[in-house]
Amino acid sequence: MEFLNALVALSNYVLIPAVAYGSQLALGALGVTLIYGILRFSNFAHGDTMAFGAMVTILFTWLFQSWGISIAPLPTALLALPFGILATAALLLFTDRVVYKFYRKQKAAPVILVIVSMGVMFIMNGLVRFIIGPGDQRFADGARFIFKARDFKEWSGLNEGLAFKTSQGITIVTAIVVVAALFWFLNKTRTGKSMRAFSDNEDLALLSGINPEKVVMYVWLIIAALTTIAGVLYGLDKTFKPFTYFQLLLPIFASAIVGGLGNPIGAIAGGFVIAFSEVTITYAWKKILVYLMPDSLDPSGLVQLLSTDYKYAVSFAILIIVLLFRPTGLFKGKSI
Amino acid sequence: MTVNWKNIGLFALVAVLIILVGIFQSPNAALVILNMGLISAIMSLGVNLQWGFAGLFNIGVMGFVALGGLATVLISKPPTTDAIQAGGLGILIALVLGAATIIATILMRSKMAAGRSRSIATLALLVVGFFIYRWLLDPSVEAVEAVTPAATGYLGGLGLPVLLAWPVGGVLAAGAAWIIGKTALGLRSDYLAIATLGIAEIIVAIMKNEDWLTRGVKNVIGIPRPAPVVPYEIDLQNSASFVENASSLGLDPVMASTLYVKLGYSLLFTIVLLMILWLTQKALNSPWGRMMRAIRDNEVAAEAMGKDVTARHLQIFILGSAVCGIAGAMMATLDGQLIPSSYQPLRYTFLVWVMVIVGGSGNNWGAVLGGFLIWFLWVEVEPMGTLLMQLITSPMADGYWLKAHLLDSVAHMRLLTMGLILLLVLRFSPRGLIPEK
Repeated sequence: MEFLNALVALSNYVLIPAVAYGSQLALGALGVTLIYGILRFSNFAHGDTMAFGAMVTILFTWLFQSWGISIAPLPTALLALPFGILATAALLLFTDRVVYKFYRKQKAAPVILVIVSMGVMFIMNGLVRFIIGPGDQRFADGARFIFKARDFKEWSGLNEGLAFKTSQGITIVTAIVVVAALFWFLNKTRTGKSMRAFSDNEDLALLSGINPEKVVMYVWLIIAALTTIAGVLYGLDKTFKPFTYFQLLLPIFASAIVGGLGNPIGAIAGGFVIAFSEVTITYAWKKILVYLMPDSLDPSGLVQLLSTDYKYAVSFAILIIVLLFRPTGLFKGKSI
Repeated sequence: MTVNWKNIGLFALVAVLIILVGIFQSPNAALVILNMGLISAIMSLGVNLQWGFAGLFNIGVMGFVALGGLATVLISKPPTTDAIQAGGLGILIALVLGAATIIATILMRSKMAAGRSRSIATLALLVVGFFIYRWLLDPSVEAVEAVTPAATGYLGGLGLPVLLAWPVGGVLAAGAAWIIGKTALGLRSDYLAIATLGIAEIIVAIMKNEDWLTRGVKNVIGIPRPAPVVPYEIDLQNSASFVENASSLGLDPVMASTLYVKLGYSLLFTIVLLMILWLTQKALNSPWGRMMRAIRDNEVAAEAMGKDVTARHLQIFILGSAVCGIAGAMMATLDGQLIPSSYQPLRYTFLVWVMVIVGGSGNNWGAVLGGFLIWFLWVEVEPMGTLLMQLITSPMADGYWLKAHLLDSVAHMRLLTMGLILLLVLRFSPRGLIPEK
C-alpha cells in the first residue's frame, strides 16, 4: 500500500508532468535541430517563433469562442491550430525571402546567420508583444481533466490522487503523432529523402539535382508546424506569456545539443533527458519519501535538491556536462 | 594623419541629438540619456573586445552586468551585524566546502584512470558533497533571512566606498568568465553562445532567489553614492552657497541640484570610458591586438604560427567580460539600487550586441558611437512611436478598439525598431557605421 501510494505520487507529480514537458521540449528541439542540420545555423528566433504561432492560434481560438464554435471536451485551440501554422508558415517564408536568402546566396559564416536570427528574434518578439501584449493570456477551454485526483482516489482507495490533465494527454498524443509523421516524411517521401541528403552532403545533393530552394522551403514549412504545435501545447499546459517562450530557448537548445545537434532522434531523447532532470531535481521529494521510508526516518525538510527557480540551471548543467564529456551529444550529431 | 570628417560628424550628430533632447524635453532627460549612454558605450567596448577583436560570440552580457551590480551591494552596503552573527560563518563554511568539493572532484579525476570506477567515484563525491553543503547552508540561510526581513534579511556588504565596487565588479565578472571560458571555449562558436546565455540566466536566477546575498525580489535600495563627486540633492538644497550659485545662474535650486548630481555621474563615467577606450585602443594597435585579429581571421594559420589560440581566447573573453562587469557596477551605482528582476536579456545582452554591430565591430570608436546612438534610439523610440501612432490613429474614432490598442502597444515598438535596425545594418552596411580599419 505504502509503495503503491509512493508510485502514484511519483506519477502524479513527476512522471506525467515530465513526459508532457519533455514532449514539448522535444518538438522545440526537433525544430532547432532541423534548422541546424539543413540551414546550418543555430536559430535564436526559435522561441519567439513558437510564441508567434501560439499567439495566432490564441487569436483564432478567441474568435471561435466568440462565434460559439467549440469541440468540447477538447480545447478550441486544436481547431485554431491549423490557422496558426498557416500564419507562421507565411511569416517564416517571408522572413526567409527578405532576410535569410541573401546570406545563403552569399554563403555567409554560420555565426553571421546566428546574429541575423537575433535580429529576427527582436522583430518577432516585438511583433508578438505589439499584437497581444506582454502579459499572461488564458485560452484553454474544454474539459480540464481526463480524470481527477479525487475520482482516482475513490476508484483505487489509495491516499494519493492521480490527476491527468487534458492538456497533458493532448500534448503526449500530439507529440507522438507529429514525430511519427515527421519521421515518415523524412524517411519515406522523396522530398524528405532529398532533405536528408542535403543535410548530409550539400554539394553531392546539389550535384544530384536537388533544388536547394525547395528543400529550404519545406524546412520552413515543417518548422512552422513544429513551432506552432510546440508553442500551443506549452501554452495549453502551462500559460502563454511571450517572455517565457524566449526563456524556453535555453532548455530547447540544451535538448538539441544533448541529443546531438542535427540528429532528430537525439533531439527527442534530449528533450526527455532535460525535462526529467529538471522535474526530478526541482521536485520536493518529501511526499514520496514519507511513504517509502520507515516512520523513524521520515525526512524533516522538503528534500528538494534545488528550488524550482533554478530549473534553467539544471538544463545548463547537463548541457555543460555533455559538452565536456561528449561534445557530439548522446546520439552522434554534427561534430564540432 | 588625415582628419576623418565622417567619424567626427557621426559623433557630432549624436551630441546634437542629445542636446536637442535637452532643449525640447528637458536638460534632465538629456543628462539621463548621456549617463546611460556612457555606460552603454563601456558595455559595448567590452563586447567589442570579445567579438570585434577575437570573434567570440558571447550572449551572456546580462550575467556579467548583473555581477557588477552585485559587487556594488557587496562592497558599499553596511554589514548587517546581527545577520552575520546569526549565519555568516555557516554560509561561509558551506560555500568553502562547496568549492572544495568541486576542486576535489577535479583533482581526483586527474589522478584516477578513466573508467567506470572513476565515474562512480566522481558521482559519489559530488552527491555527498552537495548534501553536506545543503545541510550546512540551509539553516544558516534561514537564520540570516529571519533578521528583520523587511529592512535587511541579508548579510549586507563591507561598507566600503562605492567606487571600489567598480573594479570589484570587473573582477567578479572576470571570475565567472574564467569558469565559463575554461569549459566552453575551444568548442564551436554556437556552443559558447548557448553556454554564455545559460550562465547569464543562472547568475540572474541566483540573484533573484538567494535572499541572504541580494535580498532577492525585495531589492537592495539606497546604495551609497560616490561622494564627494556626487552628493545628495537634499544636501545641496540645504547648502546656502549652492543655492546662491544656482540662483546666480538663474536656476531653481531643486532643478540645479538634480542637474549637478547627474553631471557628477557624467564626469565619473566619462573618466572611466576614456580610460577603457584608451586601453582598448592601445591593445588594438599593439602586437597583441594584431595577434588577436590574426587568430580571429584564421585560427588554423595562427595556430600553425605557434599561437595558443585557446589561451588567447580565454584571456580576451575574461577581459571583455570584466569590462561589462565594471559597466554593470557603474549602472547599479547610478540607479542607487539593485533590482535583480530588472535584468532582462533583451535589454542587457541583445541590445548591447545591436550597439556593437551598428557602431562597427572591431572598431573601438564604432562601439562607443553605437553605444550612444542605440541607447538614444532605445529611449527616444517610445515618444517618437507615440507621435507616429497618434498620427496613424487620428482618423479613427475615439474609443475604437484598434486605436486604443495601437496607442497602448507603443512601448513594444522598441524591440521591433531595434531588430529592424540590426537587420538593415547587417544587410546593407555589415561593417557598421565606423568600420574596422
